[in-house]
Amino acid sequence: MLKTLSRYVGQFKRDSFLTPCFMLLEVIMETVLPLIMASIIDKGITKGNINHIYLMGGLMLLTALVSLFAGIMGGRFGASASTGFGRNLRKAMFENIQTFSFSNIDSYSTSSLVTRLTTDVTNIQNAYQMILRMGIRGPFSLCISMAMAFFINARLASIYLVAAVFLGFILITIATKTMKYFRQVFEKYDELNRSVQENVAAIRVVKAYVREDHERQKFNRAAGNIYNMFVKAESLLTLNGPVMNLTVYSCIILISWFGAKFIVRGDLTTGEMTSLLSYCMSILMNLMMLSMMFVMMTMSAASAKRICEVLEQKSDLVNPEDPIMEVPDGSIDFDDVDFSYSKDARESVLKDIDLHIRSGEIIGIIGATGSAKSSLVNLISRLYDVTAGTLKVGGNDVRKYDLVTLRDSVSVVLQKNVLFTGTIYDNLRWGNKNATEEECRKAAKLACIDDFIESLPEGYNTKIEQGGNNVSGGQKQRLCIARALLKNPKILILDDSTSAVDTATDARIRKAFAEEIPDTTKLIISQRISSIQHADRILVLKEGRVDGFASHDELVKTNEIYRSIVEAQTQGSGDFDEKGGEL
Amino acid sequence: MPGPGAPRGARIPGKKVEHPFKLLGRTLKFVFRDYKFHFVIVLLCIVVSVLASVQGTLFTRTLIDSYILPMIGQTNPDFGPLAGAIGRVAIFYLAGALANWIQARVMVNVTQGTMRNIRIEMFDHMQSLPIKYFDTHKHGDIMSMYTNDIDTLRQLISQSIISLFQSAFTVVTVFISMITLSIPLTLLTLVMVAVMTFTTGKVGSLTGRYFLAQQKNLGIVNGFIEEMMEGQKVVKVFNHEEENIETFNRINDELFDSANKANRFANILGPINAQLGNVSYVLCAIVGGVLAINNIGGLTLGGLVSFLTFNRSFNMPISQLSMQFNSIVMALAGAERIFNLIDEKPEVDDGYVTLVNAKRNPDGTLSEATEHTGLWAWKHPHKAEGTTTLTELKGNVVMDDVDFGYVPEKMVLHNVSLFAEPGQKIAFVGSTGAGKTTITNLINRFYDIQDGKIRYDGINVNKIKKADLRRSLGVVLQETHLFTGTVADNIRYSKLDATDDEVRAAAKLANADGFIRRLPKGYNTELKGDGGNLSQGQRQLLAIARAAIADPPVLILDEATSSIDTHTERLVQEGMDKLMAGRTTFVIAHRLSTVMNSDCIMVLEKGRIIERGTHEQLLEEKGRYYQLYTGKPAEKVYEQPEQA
Repeated sequence: MLKTLSRYVGQFKRDSFLTPCFMLLEVIMETVLPLIMASIIDKGITKGNINHIYLMGGLMLLTALVSLFAGIMGGRFGASASTGFGRNLRKAMFENIQTFSFSNIDSYSTSSLVTRLTTDVTNIQNAYQMILRMGIRGPFSLCISMAMAFFINARLASIYLVAAVFLGFILITIATKTMKYFRQVFEKYDELNRSVQENVAAIRVVKAYVREDHERQKFNRAAGNIYNMFVKAESLLTLNGPVMNLTVYSCIILISWFGAKFIVRGDLTTGEMTSLLSYCMSILMNLMMLSMMFVMMTMSAASAKRICEVLEQKSDLVNPEDPIMEVPDGSIDFDDVDFSYSKDARESVLKDIDLHIRSGEIIGIIGATGSAKSSLVNLISRLYDVTAGTLKVGGNDVRKYDLVTLRDSVSVVLQKNVLFTGTIYDNLRWGNKNATEEECRKAAKLACIDDFIESLPEGYNTKIEQGGNNVSGGQKQRLCIARALLKNPKILILDDSTSAVDTATDARIRKAFAEEIPDTTKLIISQRISSIQHADRILVLKEGRVDGFASHDELVKTNEIYRSIVEAQTQGSGDFDEKGGEL
Repeated sequence: MPGPGAPRGARIPGKKVEHPFKLLGRTLKFVFRDYKFHFVIVLLCIVVSVLASVQGTLFTRTLIDSYILPMIGQTNPDFGPLAGAIGRVAIFYLAGALANWIQARVMVNVTQGTMRNIRIEMFDHMQSLPIKYFDTHKHGDIMSMYTNDIDTLRQLISQSIISLFQSAFTVVTVFISMITLSIPLTLLTLVMVAVMTFTTGKVGSLTGRYFLAQQKNLGIVNGFIEEMMEGQKVVKVFNHEEENIETFNRINDELFDSANKANRFANILGPINAQLGNVSYVLCAIVGGVLAINNIGGLTLGGLVSFLTFNRSFNMPISQLSMQFNSIVMALAGAERIFNLIDEKPEVDDGYVTLVNAKRNPDGTLSEATEHTGLWAWKHPHKAEGTTTLTELKGNVVMDDVDFGYVPEKMVLHNVSLFAEPGQKIAFVGSTGAGKTTITNLINRFYDIQDGKIRYDGINVNKIKKADLRRSLGVVLQETHLFTGTVADNIRYSKLDATDDEVRAAAKLANADGFIRRLPKGYNTELKGDGGNLSQGQRQLLAIARAAIADPPVLILDEATSSIDTHTERLVQEGMDKLMAGRTTFVIAHRLSTVMNSDCIMVLEKGRIIERGTHEQLLEEKGRYYQLYTGKPAEKVYEQPEQA
């Protein structure tokens, strides 16, 4: 894990190296400062030597200046090293996510990816800064103090060694134990989050059934659980203080007692004893800091793990070597295709699919929810790979094409479609970034959305909000179709893409398709008979298998499922906006 | 510790915290309100531990001067007095350590308890807010208040407040000691403190500025990631990865830039203050040395030594406090958002008519019953006469010339009038945005009307207590929301004391029993994440069962048949039909087949009822309904309603 992460320090290696260096310089200055201060007092003030005060004062100012310089540089490089590391991590993660295949995407939720790229990176960034600034400084300062203590009097200093080992042991034990509790705290946080989230999302249900008090009780429980867990974890941590205090105080008392005896015997001077006592504080303070660092690092380990997961995730769809760079025509052949979303799934989503579609044909696809209509079309542009059998587009196995080439030739209008922040032009040009304004307008016309766009005050320069929330469902679908048309595809797939478009407009779009892009193979998935009944052939899917594949007239005669759908929809089928979402 | 799990940075703080002291005061009030006694203990402990540590510092000198030096050269030194002194100081130490621990331990409860109390108060208050609040605030932002913002308070309460007290106590004691030693040196020290405060303020405001910029950029990055992750499949389909990476790199670099600067200034604040402290020390040493050697102002050399120690103790808390600067700024920004929620105006409820169980007396009149009778009545107190009347709950709903807009500038409904007899089925049809759902939002008073009247069994709905009004209305919303818990828990949501048999009966009525029994643990199957493991149709059936178990006299069904296949749709429809029998029902639909058998169908367009009548009457009228049902053009001419 550390190895994976450390790769992304990148161009900030220099800063990462310089930070501890300057921190060391600062530590050295900090060790020198008390010596100078002691000298000011002992040799200057006590002896009334003003010149010595001037001299040492000057030296101290110089030291302070160097220390200030080191501190500022350390702070500066520490900041750029850690935030730069964070930047690189975010960049690497985002770039890797862009290579993810559909099945990779399916395995992460949006919110989890957002958390990984923001909160988790911030955690790591802070931990890294702490390691750079304190990780070297702490142990180093500890060693210097220890060495100085041993230099002064090895026998007395051994008290510190024992104390340090003892304290270190206790602190680590407390930290490990606390970690266990903190992990549970995180779980309780999830519970609290869930409680709030469910409540806010379902507030209409809560209010409609007057369940405010019930919800309050639920929340009080969740808040109480967090309280209990936190109190448990933190009271354990509060033991750090007294343990630390008592160790320091015991050391002082022991040194005082034995030191006094040594001095009386003449083995130690009083000045030396004062120094020994001041090192005591430094040693134990550093130990304390190291234990804090330990806690923080274990806490950020969870974040590191989540980041590495994203970084190490390899796309399961890769470009072939020596790929085919052109799709000759719009024919599609499924040869005994099986498909399932995960390798260890018990049942395949698609079974024994054997279909042959000629270039330029119009194919309708219908079937119940879960009959794998979308799964079937998603294979064509190789959004997923088939599990068994082969799928050919233009006579070649889709796995032999360059992915970009294939997806440019096979244009899919997804069922769950989105528009992005930007103008209408910006959105349309997703289909072809070099499209001229005229081409954009032509595509919009084909998708029967040109009138609407032109009615807007800013026309094609109108800003679309995130997720396309400022246009209606039907307008959004038509914009998505226009965007897909700009690719000039050999195959066009509409996955339930006109469900919110009224029937008349739907018919106009189909007519425009037939007249303007006759050579493009068109696959239309719909729940609505009127959208597909004029197709050359209609594919009826049932539980992942082909149940019928023929023209409307024939299917009405021979196919049970199809007939029942037709019957259900022809009676009183008027619909104000055909499954358009309520606001 | 960072607040785990919650979406972060979705908010853009953007502006400076206003009235920081007021906010700090309010936060402290919360702490003191519930933990007065605890706080007194903490203050005592602080005093004890500061005194103990002062004793400890002084001990070294007395140890050497009074005990060790006299013993040097003695042939038979007596260690007895030394042992005694060590024993005495050991007691001080113990007391100090104990005080430290008690203080820390008590503060855990104070901090966590305050956090819990603020959370509960927030949630408690949030439950009383009108639907409008939830419709106008991002859910991620609301959630973030319960975790991230509360977490920022943690540091403030547990550390900043304590160091404030500690520092204040130390500064005051040290200041007094300094004055007694030398007034000019004290002034010199104060001047240096002023310099330190000034630089802290300068660098601190720079940090604050870049810190806010960092939060803003984090918000931008967050928003971009969210948008692109949500549309990642579209990105793939359009081969748009390169462009995305380009944009991301740009905003990521901006975030890096502001984060780098914010951290840089935060980092250098410590060294600057520390070194200014050293300068202060040197200046005092030189000036004091000159004073002492020339015997000016009665400063002795010994006194100067002591003064220098105090100089250090005086500067320490100031640089310590400056280290807390950032966390205080953050906490106050969090506190501001928290108090904004707490200050949000709750849903007003001036209703005084309540819903009670009733029984019918032999003479046909009603009287209030204590037990469940299946018969409900509105209890209407009349203040003027001091009497109360009971009106039977029947489900008669009248809307009289109602106008409504979610915002005053944009009216959504105009002059809507309707009349529903008990047991009737009233349907609203019309295209998206015509105002169908809005009408139902008004009946249960999720929103209040601007003009006109709504009467329920002859009583103005404004006079009915909201809780009682809503209890009498069963609602199946278009978007189904389920809660974490078992299937049975979810059905029981509208009647918490329902027996298992009642649950099953309701499920059967809603056609949900079949699929529920096929679930791995039947009625005890745990639902997670809004019932994500169920299909849309199944979730809908559960919502119908949930409405059924409450057995309400009036039903509001916001139909949702989108993306449900024909078989499931039929099941849902059947469930709804069974539920509707014998109740006043408001049905919202855009598919005509589901509303044909209604007693009255209202066709809505742009917030107005343009046609009303039964299916046959509407066909007769040859208007919009006729046009939709038959596919033939309408013969009726509509006046173009003016847009408000």
